[in-house]
Amino acid sequence: MELLRSLAITGTEEVLSISGLILLLAAGWGGDKASRAISIAAVAVLTVCAVLTVPALCHAAMGPGVSAWNGQFSGDAFAAFGKLLIYASAAVTLIIAPAFFERENAMRAEFPLLVLLAAMGMGMMVSATDTLALYIGLELNSLAAYVMASFLRSDERSAEAGLKYFVLGSLASGILLYGISLIYGFTGSTSFAGIHGALAGPLFMGATFGIVFVLAGLAFKVSAAPFHMWTPDVYEGAPTPVSTFFATAPKVAALALLMRVSLFAFGSQPGAWQQIVIFVALLSIVIGALGAIGQDNIKRLLAYSSINNVGFMLIGLACANQAGAAAMLVYLAIYVAMSVAGFVAVLMLRDADGAPVESIAAMAGLSKTRPALAWAIGAVMFSLAGIPPLFGFWGKFMVFQAAVQAGLLTLAAIGIAASVIGAFYYIKVVKVMFFDEAADVVTGQSDLAQRVLLFVSVVAISPLGWLINKPLGELAGRAAAALFHIA
Amino acid sequence: MNGVPILSLMLLVPLVGAVACLMAGREQARVIALAATLVDLVLGAFLWSHYQIGGPQWQFQEHAAIFAGFEWKLGIDGIALLLIALTVFLMPICIGASWNAIEKRAGEYYANFLIMETLMIGVFTAQDLFLFYIMFEAGLIPMYLIIGIWGGADRIYASYKFFLYTLLGSVLMLIAMMWMVNEAGTSDIPTLMAYSFPVKAQTWLWLAFFASFAVKMPMWPTHTWLPDAHVQAPTAGSVILAGVLLKMGGYGFIRFSLPMFPEASAQFAPLIYGLSMAAVVITSLIALVQHDMKKLIAYSSVAHMAIVTVGLFAFNRQGLEGSMIVMLSHGIVSGALFLAVGVIYDRLHTREIDRYGGLAINMPAYALFFMLFTMASVGLPGTSGFVGEFLSLMGIYAQSSWVALVCTTGIILGAAYMLYLYRRVVFGVQKNADAAAMPDLDAREWAMMIPLAVAVLWMGVYPETFLAPMRKDIAGLEARLAQARPKGDADVQIAAISPAAATHEHGDAMEHGAQVHGPEAAHGEAR
Repeated sequence: MELLRSLAITGTEEVLSISGLILLLAAGWGGDKASRAISIAAVAVLTVCAVLTVPALCHAAMGPGVSAWNGQFSGDAFAAFGKLLIYASAAVTLIIAPAFFERENAMRAEFPLLVLLAAMGMGMMVSATDTLALYIGLELNSLAAYVMASFLRSDERSAEAGLKYFVLGSLASGILLYGISLIYGFTGSTSFAGIHGALAGPLFMGATFGIVFVLAGLAFKVSAAPFHMWTPDVYEGAPTPVSTFFATAPKVAALALLMRVSLFAFGSQPGAWQQIVIFVALLSIVIGALGAIGQDNIKRLLAYSSINNVGFMLIGLACANQAGAAAMLVYLAIYVAMSVAGFVAVLMLRDADGAPVESIAAMAGLSKTRPALAWAIGAVMFSLAGIPPLFGFWGKFMVFQAAVQAGLLTLAAIGIAASVIGAFYYIKVVKVMFFDEAADVVTGQSDLAQRVLLFVSVVAISPLGWLINKPLGELAGRAAAALFHIA
Repeated sequence: MNGVPILSLMLLVPLVGAVACLMAGREQARVIALAATLVDLVLGAFLWSHYQIGGPQWQFQEHAAIFAGFEWKLGIDGIALLLIALTVFLMPICIGASWNAIEKRAGEYYANFLIMETLMIGVFTAQDLFLFYIMFEAGLIPMYLIIGIWGGADRIYASYKFFLYTLLGSVLMLIAMMWMVNEAGTSDIPTLMAYSFPVKAQTWLWLAFFASFAVKMPMWPTHTWLPDAHVQAPTAGSVILAGVLLKMGGYGFIRFSLPMFPEASAQFAPLIYGLSMAAVVITSLIALVQHDMKKLIAYSSVAHMAIVTVGLFAFNRQGLEGSMIVMLSHGIVSGALFLAVGVIYDRLHTREIDRYGGLAINMPAYALFFMLFTMASVGLPGTSGFVGEFLSLMGIYAQSSWVALVCTTGIILGAAYMLYLYRRVVFGVQKNADAAAMPDLDAREWAMMIPLAVAVLWMGVYPETFLAPMRKDIAGLEARLAQARPKGDADVQIAAISPAAATHEHGDAMEHGAQVHGPEAAHGEAR
């Protein structure tokens, strides 16, 4: 009985792994010619998984009823919220990737499989309620991601990105694992609930070290400063569809994991990690903003922007309460839409031969040559900067409101003042597109799938997005409530 | 009347027009824009005619709970009504000013202007704190694009400066708003206006709001974005910037800082006085040495806005009413002056004062209108400028005679730089052949100048039209401020009259008698 129940709760993971294996066979049989068909099948699999996930979120599943495999895994509303974002991001990657790789003659049948396996790993990350399950999910995702980063084998930058990601990622995993072992040593438990209970009361120095190491390892995965160095290089070097993926799905997974670990596993000792999160948040905001100013590559700029945005999301975590967690989830959902819009727009920047254009200077005067694309990128930039009435403002609003309600006034004031620095480079991109004379570099056409994705994501972050702010807030609230449900 | 959500409609019309403009070519776009702004003007006239003077404080209220975290809540009082009227009045004129001047990317241009109109009306109608913030802040985007795309040579620097200055000013206000909502448990503006925040917290809240409004206003020394933005913006951009955007700062003070934080306002009044005195004298002197017409008018705006701030922080009815009238008058007059500059700029494509001269000979009608607006800017009795400045300075005189003394020099300096400007441009010999060959106003320009001239004279001769709708609101604000009013240095003479009668007669004497018996009224007050 218990086995069946656990199997039911981990249904999406089973669907992903079995269909991944079947598609692997298909790939072995069909070769690279079948890659498009496999991509389509993978999108279908992700859609099925998303449909399977929705009930948990709608019914606000939480507590022991949705805990599987002896407390290793939880199918609660929080995990469901993260999984929906992850599956959506993975599906976007699969939709935009074939066209990109086919142009480089580098489309391989493994790509959709890697995305599926990474999605499965990330699903485990957001569902994990045990440090071992956490680590397995994280590594499953990371290994797939390292390969994806260097998927353009002939491109030096892509190979460099993959190598850097691998070396630094392994280091971070090592740090994380060390932290986990310290925590285990001082609490005698690997389950989050056990750690939560054991950490209550006076805190051992060793356990503090463990917390610090775990947080450092996870900060690397969410690319928060001061562990952000790999981000610009990897985002720039990786093929653009893969950068889209990195900016969205793994970020959601790692942030959700960080939330579950901090708020649940270490939830009985918020004082021990709150300062670290505040420091990391402010540093990420400032470094993300200052670092972006000098960039002339749009992908690097978006990488710094993601560091900056992670900083804002961590402000929600620093609140260490349910409102802060809900704010973070809202921000995360909006951030995914903004990143998808941003990277799909970058993918649509092509010169007359169809080769990708990545330099900001080449975007000069885009509003005259490609007005719709320019307005879309403009909307993304203002939204990332958090200027109302674009929906990106709402994410910032939520986290800052949570911070103010939690009494973190200084953090909120400094964070929001630093957001003005960030606004500088966002409006610089707008300036290049709208105020400068046309460079006439971006003349290539984009395909229908890209245009549809860009349209949908830009509508989501446009003022029309306000229409969904009520349901989004409710869903995030349910997910956050699940996180704080102590059995 | 009750069934029609007229305020939402006023927000919707320009927005729909903006979307239509984006898709249309130049010819259609300007027609659409003109039509949309005229429809809003009609709606605004309807609004004013159905506004019950002396009726409930908040009228035309609308409420729809469609958002989480804040509410779609609109409503106006007399103060908002007047500023909305100013907005809808100036907008068709802005479109008219752009009619021939804008040739490139006209669709986007008009779309930005119409979005601006929506947001400006939104700022004045919002009854939810966060809705107000969204409208207030969102105005940055269209204005950034207007300055940056259609501005002059140095437009990029000016647009950055405008954007970042105002953004930095307002983000701190957002944090303060969140704190207030957390404290009071509601984001409803009318409720917050009556809420008593702890005095210690008020200090910080006031400073955060001040950071935003002082930049927007702009007050010395945060005014430096304004001359750059004005000089580089296209004519219509300058009109809307000076005419309405600057008023958001004053509106912010009167709607938020004063009623929500009366004690802190009293505490910081000396700061306001100091900055305003500095602004009046310094920016007037700077205006005196300008060679660029738009820059001169921009600096004069800063000086006029300083009169507004001292009037607001006079904590009495004359000061508050005077400030409102200065805002309305300055909206019309500075808009008209920028338009007057635009008229000759369109012909000669320079704003250099020395390139003109003797325009009275070849452009007599232009010279006449320019004279009227110059006099209104100086504050000649009979024009709108006089009423407001007189009331404001009266108000501050009751509070601090020294501040009144220094600020009054602004009137003298104002006369100096404006008349000097007028003499150099309109009188004298016709030095330049091309300037001498410029044709007089055409029909389109007449159509823009006449409403402005009528408004200036109307407000100067019969200000009661404009004072009546806001009288009750100003009285309410005065009552709210009464508990916190700092002790002035000139309240000796008021003690001679019984206080109740004093406030009543005081207001009436001012409103009816100001333009006719201005100096006598002042004497009567002193006695």
